[in-house]
Amino acid sequence: MNSIILSAGARILVALLLVFSIFMLLRGHHLPGGGFIGGLLGATAFIVYALAAGTAEARAALRVSPEGFAMVGLGIALVAGLISAFTGDPFFTGQWLWIGGDSYDTAVFAPNSVLLFDIGVYMVVFGGILSLVLALEDEV
Amino acid sequence: MGDVADNDAGWITFAGLAPVLATGALFVLFATYVPEIAAGGTVRPVWEWIPSLNIALSFHIDGLSLMFALLITGIGALVMLYSARYLAGHPQFARFALYLFSFMLSMLGLVLADNVLALFVFWELTTFTSYLLIGFSHTDYKSRRNALQALLLTAAGGLALLAGFILLGFATGTYELSEINAAGTLSENPLYTPILVLVLLGAFTKSAQVPFHFWLPNAMAAPTPVSAYLHSATMVKGGVYLLARMHPSLSGTDAWIWTLTIFGGVTAVFASLMALRQTDLKQTLAYTTLMALGTLTMFLAGSSGYAITGAMAFLFVHSLYKAALFLSVGLIDHSTGTREAGVLGGLAGAMPVTAAAAGLAALSMAGIPPFLGFIAKEVAYSGAVGASLWGFVVLAALAANALMFAVAGIVALKPFFGPQGQLPRAPHEGPWPMLAGPVILGVLGLAFGLFSGLAAFWVIEPATNAVLGYADTGGRIKLWAGFNAALGLSVLTFALGALIYFRHAGLRARLARIEDRGPDFDAGWDRLMAGLARVAEWQTRLIQTGVLREYLFATFVVLALALAVPLAFRGALDLHVAWPEPSLREMVLVALIAAGALLTALTTSRITAIAALGVVGIGVALIFIIYGAPDVAITQLLVEMLVVVLFAVAVLRMPYLDPEPEKRPFRRRDAVLAVVLGGLVSVIMLLVTAGPIDRRLTDFFEAASYTEAYGRNIVNVILVDFRTLDTFGEIAVVIIAALGALALLRATRRRGDEEGER
Repeated sequence: MNSIILSAGARILVALLLVFSIFMLLRGHHLPGGGFIGGLLGATAFIVYALAAGTAEARAALRVSPEGFAMVGLGIALVAGLISAFTGDPFFTGQWLWIGGDSYDTAVFAPNSVLLFDIGVYMVVFGGILSLVLALEDEV
Repeated sequence: MGDVADNDAGWITFAGLAPVLATGALFVLFATYVPEIAAGGTVRPVWEWIPSLNIALSFHIDGLSLMFALLITGIGALVMLYSARYLAGHPQFARFALYLFSFMLSMLGLVLADNVLALFVFWELTTFTSYLLIGFSHTDYKSRRNALQALLLTAAGGLALLAGFILLGFATGTYELSEINAAGTLSENPLYTPILVLVLLGAFTKSAQVPFHFWLPNAMAAPTPVSAYLHSATMVKGGVYLLARMHPSLSGTDAWIWTLTIFGGVTAVFASLMALRQTDLKQTLAYTTLMALGTLTMFLAGSSGYAITGAMAFLFVHSLYKAALFLSVGLIDHSTGTREAGVLGGLAGAMPVTAAAAGLAALSMAGIPPFLGFIAKEVAYSGAVGASLWGFVVLAALAANALMFAVAGIVALKPFFGPQGQLPRAPHEGPWPMLAGPVILGVLGLAFGLFSGLAAFWVIEPATNAVLGYADTGGRIKLWAGFNAALGLSVLTFALGALIYFRHAGLRARLARIEDRGPDFDAGWDRLMAGLARVAEWQTRLIQTGVLREYLFATFVVLALALAVPLAFRGALDLHVAWPEPSLREMVLVALIAAGALLTALTTSRITAIAALGVVGIGVALIFIIYGAPDVAITQLLVEMLVVVLFAVAVLRMPYLDPEPEKRPFRRRDAVLAVVLGGLVSVIMLLVTAGPIDRRLTDFFEAASYTEAYGRNIVNVILVDFRTLDTFGEIAVVIIAALGALALLRATRRRGDEEGER
């Protein structure tokens, strides 16, 4: 699409959208957001870029294939579920680790399998939607 | 032996030897159970599998399953040793070894399973692995076709069997065979007849009874060791095993006796005649297997101690000699390059060990004393004399046995001692791994005849007791049973058999002429398959029009029916809706959505339609925001945006809509459907909101979200914690959908490019 406004605006918009998508992913546990919304936003960033600069340019900027990205995401989500096997809990039971405390309220940092799963969701939605849209735009 | 020694290094490979050792170890393992089982005990290991459906992976070792297990592992180990040498250097030997070993394990599972559903799974596994084995020479069309035929026929029977097993479960309240059999006969049960029909369909297709027999001779397309294994102790005996296994609960009725006797008898006589008619040694053996299966079925019709003992003894001895003979024919083929009975002769000098092994096996098959085959035949004759339809059974058994006697001569006497024809290769003796099987099995046939008490006590009588369901008197297996009717019949058999052997050339020509005039089952099968393909083509043309509008129309019609029919039947149209006073905000939203929908429907520009549809979507998102679901609203907005972008991209490739309404006659039809569907959904929404809302789940999630999952955003917590497995399924679907669409796009692009070049 030959629009100088879009091309110029896209550069800033893409960066903002990507940061915003990760912000949405991370805040999802307490406030509106999460992997689904984050993934959609991230995909939108690259779709805007593809509209402005073409799909080849967008693919080059992405560096990895969107299908592969989605599949790695599915793998991460699966791993997040398998972690509970080590503690003897049922498949996909959320696992939490308290660092600097002994409960969620006192811990400074709480790495957990739930966020890992959400990151997997983010990647799947991001890669899945993007692969579809880029392929369609390739057609045109 | 020079050329053989050169090859010797080649066959000692992991794929060649590991299955042999593993199977041999299993044989030893099962042999350790023999004393316990012979003493009348049973072993029953159980693993819980799907406890909620009451399905357990339970195994049951009694006399019958132990006899089968010993045959499967014992003959299996010998056949695997044989094939390691027979197929040495074959580029796909490892694959073959894997197939054969998997088949062996499936067969073991089949005979050991106690749960009928587990038995069914193993049953289908044997079907599947035998398909791979029969079609091993997959570059050959005939091989593929015959493998598919065996697969379809036995799998179809397997489905009938599954239905029969489920009915069996309904009728008895348990899926464990040991419990079903312990409860005694089912003949009084109202479900008896359907169960019997379905189980017999499964057994008869697997054990190739007429009219389902034709797949078995065709399955000879497999490499010879496979035939030796599948058609001696395993695959085809699966059906016989099932009949024997179900004997305590299903036998004894007129339906059982008549069906088994007639199908078995006809199969036995038909197969013996066909065996005589063949010129290829392997085909001859295939038909004698068919004869054995018919005979076994016929004797399993009875419930007397003699009939069952005869069946079990015959089953045992048949496995031994048939495997030995198949392997010998493989040796002859390997050595001379042909299996034609007319050409082969005088091989005894060049292949003395093969000749001896084949001779021993053939003597057992012909039923000559003191071989075990003789004893089995004697006991069977005693059973035949006492059978319910004794006239028919005796005649069928006599005809089949006499023909077997003649065929034994054709297979084992003539190739080694008869006049020699023009052979493709000079014969030489086979290497030892290939000789081990026939020799051991042939010698066993003689040894078990001489020491018949051993075979009877350790193997055959425990099996008989298991089939009968009670401890039999035993003592029926002996070399000399005195002057009785059975001995007279045996003498008659020998006389008839010898007569047929000396006249067999003429008989063969006559049989060939009769066969040409009879119905051709195989051609019928091909016609059936072609017909099936035509029906599939017709219905594909009918349903798959390739027009998206019609697919969508059909989908929505089905949806409308699915909504309307239950509504009408439940008479739930009694609406008492308390219309709330709408706020201005809500009214504006509704107006926005309605305007968007109308514009979408009425516009002639695709771009306008998409944008208007976007307005509808954004209106819905606003509703979500008003009612406090920001997550859903954000998702809805983003998806709506993406859909508009996607459509806008796609529309660039689509033709313009025709502005003249009369050129779009389907619009009126579509409008009616849209109004009906919209009305139905509205009614349902009103009905749902009219009743009190069940808040139990909502309350739980509100209470547990932070305390148990440490999150305040309930929607997200449900997605990634409480209902993670669902989400996992959904994201898997996202990937599958994306990949599917990608593949479609790529495929159409390639086609488009080709058309562009043309």
